[in-house]
Amino acid sequence: MEAVSINERWCKGCGICVAFCPKEALVLEHEKARHIPDRCIACGMCELYCPDLAITVDTSKKPARAKKEVA
Amino acid sequence: MAFQKLIRERFFPHLWCPGCGHGTVLNGLLHAVDELGLDQSSLCMVSGIGCSARIAGYVDFHTMHTMHGRALACATGLKLARPSLTIFVPMGDGDATAIGGNHFIHACRRNIDLTAIVLNNRIYGMTGGQYSPLSGQGILATTAPYRSIDPAFDVVQLALGAGATFVARTTAFHVKEIGSIIKKAVQHKGMSVVEIFVQCPTYFGRKNKIGDAVQMLEQYRDRTAPLGSKKLEADPSLIARGIFKDEQRPEYCEEYAKIIARAQGKEA
Repeated sequence: MEAVSINERWCKGCGICVAFCPKEALVLEHEKARHIPDRCIACGMCELYCPDLAITVDTSKKPARAKKEVA
Repeated sequence: MAFQKLIRERFFPHLWCPGCGHGTVLNGLLHAVDELGLDQSSLCMVSGIGCSARIAGYVDFHTMHTMHGRALACATGLKLARPSLTIFVPMGDGDATAIGGNHFIHACRRNIDLTAIVLNNRIYGMTGGQYSPLSGQGILATTAPYRSIDPAFDVVQLALGAGATFVARTTAFHVKEIGSIIKKAVQHKGMSVVEIFVQCPTYFGRKNKIGDAVQMLEQYRDRTAPLGSKKLEADPSLIARGIFKDEQRPEYCEEYAKIIARAQGKEA
């Protein structure tokens, strides 16, 4: 399973997660947020920003490569 | 985060507009409750009327959806009857400072152990965008087509003046602060008032040509600064956020318990 899961039924496509993701790992597609796992560092900010509670982030799934990139 | 156990999933997706800040506050509150490890059956949320009051419908705690502006009055009664409950009182700007202004100042004065969260979107969203006591001068609203001439309350100063013992302010942009401040407010013994600026892109943002939810959040990011920061010192026109007061004063329910003991002749 990927670190970020998006509940499309709850997502209203407001674009807040897309705008404030530090790694541009989210995009809007057909008025729903879509996750790009390659760019994601599983920081968990989108989960906190989402006003629709549509995003859950498993921060234990931080990829080792991304950890290095942050450091 | 396992917030699924804290919400009533059957009512989702919620009724708030796309980009509404109320959802972000609900999100932060659930994170705070989860991190504190509070037992759901020890929690109660009491709300009044308005968009913000709908929060009570979504959390799987004990909940009371009461009259407009009277959330704090109902919460005061509940707290006196069941002092062991941890009570959240989410209110909108109109709910807290217009219709419920009287209840608000007196709950602060009594220092009763409640956590009042004022979700300040500066407008009556649910009824169609009328201006509220927190809109401020120069604001466009459906009831102020030539701009409002009413000055706004400062919720923080109002709560401080009325005697609340924990007073804080943050915004829907500062999502980590929402969680950390709510955690401190819950742990505080006495009246806690947390003002949170939330965006209403549908009425406030659109009417005042601020833009969408993202642009409103960017404004919160750019127009506020933490208390005691260099940024705030350099530009006093910025709005301060953070914890303005955190002190101890005798709590109302404890004082009331002493009165009961005295009346029953059990006083030590």
